[in-house]
This record gives sequence, structure tokens and C-alpha cells, in this order.
Amino acid sequence: MNIAQFGFLLKGLQWSIALSAIGLACGAVAGMIIALARTSDFASLRRVTAGYILLFQGTPLLMQLFVTYYALALIGLELDAWMAVAIGFTLHASAFLGEIWRGSIEAVPRGQTEAAKALGIRYFKRMQKVVLPQALRISLPATIGFLVQLIKGTSLAAIVGFTELARAGSIVSNQTYKPLFVYAVVGTLYFLMCWPLSIYGARLERKLATGAR
Amino acid sequence: MNYKVDFGPVIAGFPTLLQGCLGTLELALAGMMLATIIGIGGVVLRESRFAPVRWTVMSFVELIRNTPFLVQIYFIFFALPLAGIRLDPTPTAIIALGVNGGAYAIEIIRGGVQSIHKGQIEAGLALGLHPMQVFRLIVLKPALRAIFPSLASQFILLTLTTSIASAISAYELTSVAQRIESDSFRSFEVYGVVTLLYLAMSGLMMAGFGVIAYRFFRYPVK
Repeated sequence: MNIAQFGFLLKGLQWSIALSAIGLACGAVAGMIIALARTSDFASLRRVTAGYILLFQGTPLLMQLFVTYYALALIGLELDAWMAVAIGFTLHASAFLGEIWRGSIEAVPRGQTEAAKALGIRYFKRMQKVVLPQALRISLPATIGFLVQLIKGTSLAAIVGFTELARAGSIVSNQTYKPLFVYAVVGTLYFLMCWPLSIYGARLERKLATGAR
Repeated sequence: MNYKVDFGPVIAGFPTLLQGCLGTLELALAGMMLATIIGIGGVVLRESRFAPVRWTVMSFVELIRNTPFLVQIYFIFFALPLAGIRLDPTPTAIIALGVNGGAYAIEIIRGGVQSIHKGQIEAGLALGLHPMQVFRLIVLKPALRAIFPSLASQFILLTLTTSIASAISAYELTSVAQRIESDSFRSFEVYGVVTLLYLAMSGLMMAGFGVIAYRFFRYPVK
């Protein structure tokens, strides 16, 4: 593997990071809406979002990417692979983050909501100032855990045909006939992205556990 | 664009898809068994008196949990022949699934073992229970009860992960679907139906695990 090929891997790495970032950012916005709908007072909203979450948690990410990819083409949207894959990861992230944040919203003691209601604070203000800040703190370890899953999941964009780190690895491995070495390098690059996050998440979790005691 | 949705090829290929489901379930079941063996073995080694052994298990867990399954399965796919082991894609996929699931199982099982306090074992012996009874009733059952929900959801995740084994063309649902898709070009229809088949399988497994949890790990009511 020469310098140019390593550079090619790094370019793939950039795309992996970009995909993860977009999935996280757009997924977070959509996921917050889903979490709020999942914990709302309207039974129909709760049911629909529960079904949405179940659909994404009960099917493989690879299928989700395939179906979004072809469904977008079906409704006449001529998107390039990059956009289609980004939308796929956004939907995936929205369901998982929605479920994580639902759990954290429910973990905030009910008394907090009741006190805010008693003080006459309306829904949006109540969520914004009372419930969500506390829920976010609780959800942080799980959210970081999901981010690691998401980064690893972006490797599946390779199967759909998008050139990110894993696919860049396949291409270089075909050029060099050194699959073991190339995949070891690719694995190391993923590891360097994910491991610090995992350690940080585990540390937050311990801190939260002692704080709650 | 003038695309008409046509489920004809999917309906024609449905028996093949169902066989693919069986392939997926076989792959998943074999992967789960291997993962459980690696998980239990890993926990035993994790408590070893020799630091290098403990250190190896810990690095294995971190390495597997922080790299994508796709890269792992490619690595194993190319590494086994170099080690002189020639296997078909499907057994290779089982090994990859077992190794991946095993790393997660080690962490889960370790949590269960740690949840048993030494005092409970001593209390059991003090009450005159046979050591075998102590192991069965005070160590094994509560530990299994503690880890079962996490292990069950990890196993469902493992089942969904089998779809990635299509990358090395192991025999399972996704690779069967890809074959039908490339013959018929009915991509959306094929993958839509296959997604529902996966949903049905994970739903079935969830129900199955629920029954097991109710049957074996329910707290005695009396």
C-alpha cells in the first residue's frame, strides 16, 4: 500500500465521518420530535411513533438503506447515492435516538412535570426548561453508545455502493492483493474513531451512576 | 418516470425467500451458540490469575466492539485461508457472527456474574443446601435471570446482523433477495418484502424470548 492508496483510505474516512455527522445531526432533530411524540398525551401519536421505532429496531440497517434508496427513486426523486444514503442513516438514527430519549424523558421523576404544571408552565416551556435538560443528562451515555453504532453502521453504505472508508478499503485491497493488511488498517481507523467515544461514554455512565446514588 | 409497482417477481420468488429466512435463522442460531460459548469462556478467562490473559480478553472485547462487523467479516474471510483453513462462506459467516456476538456476550455475562453476592452463596451453604443446589438455585438461575433480557436483545441484534453476511455471499435472506432483485430489477418490491420478513423474524424471536423469560425466569409468586 503506497501513500496515494493510504490517502484514498483517508478520503473514505472523511466520507464516513461526514455520513455519521449528518446522520447524527439530522437524526437528532427528527429523533427529538419522535421522542416528544412518543411521550405525548395523544395516544395516536404514541402508537404511530412506537410502530416507527419498532420497524427500525426490528429490521437490519442494510435493508433500511436499500429500501430508502429505492423508495426515493420510486417517488421520482433522482438523488445521488450520497444523498440517498444520508437520508437512510437519518431515518435510522431518528428511530434509535427517539427511543433512547423517550426512555430518558420517562426517567425524569414525574414530580418535576407535576410541579411545572402546578406552576402553570406550558408544555413547550416545561419541556425546554424543566424536563429535557434533565433527560439529556441521563441520555448522554446511551446517546454516545448509539453514535458508536452509527459510525460503525456507516460501513454498510459500502454495500449500497457508496465509497466511504470500508469500500475504499475493498478497492485498495483489490489493487494491492493484501486484504489482511488493508482491512487491518481500515479496522484501526474505525477503532480510532470509536474507542475514545466508548471510553468517554463509559466514564459518563459511571459518573451518572455515582451521582444518582 | 413511469415506474409501476409490480410484486409479481416477489410473489413468484416467495418460496425461495422463505428458504432464505431459514438460512438466516440457521446462521443466527449457530452464531448465538458460538457467541454464548465464547461469552462464557471469555468471562472465565477474564477472571484469570494471569494478567496477560485478562488483558487479552479485554482487548478482544474493545477491539470487536469498536470496529464494524463488515470489516470483521472481511478480515476473517481473508484471514482463515491464510491460516490454512478453507471454509465456505456460510461457516465463515457463523464464525464472524460468533466472534462479534461473543465480545458483547462477555460483557453481558460478566455483569450477571458480578450481580451475585458472595454472602448469598454462604447463606445457601449455611442453610444446608447441597453445593450443587447452591450453584443451580443461587448462582446460575439468578445470574441468568439478570442477563437474559440484555442477552435476548443482543441475540436479536445478531440475527439482524446476519444480513451483512451477504457481503461474503453466505446463504441467508439478503443474498437470496439480491439474487431475485438482480434477475427482476424489482428492487423496491423485493427489499420491501424482505424487510417485512426480517421484521416478522425479529418479532417471532422477541415473542419466543418472552415465553422463555416467563417460563423459566419468572420470580416465584408464592
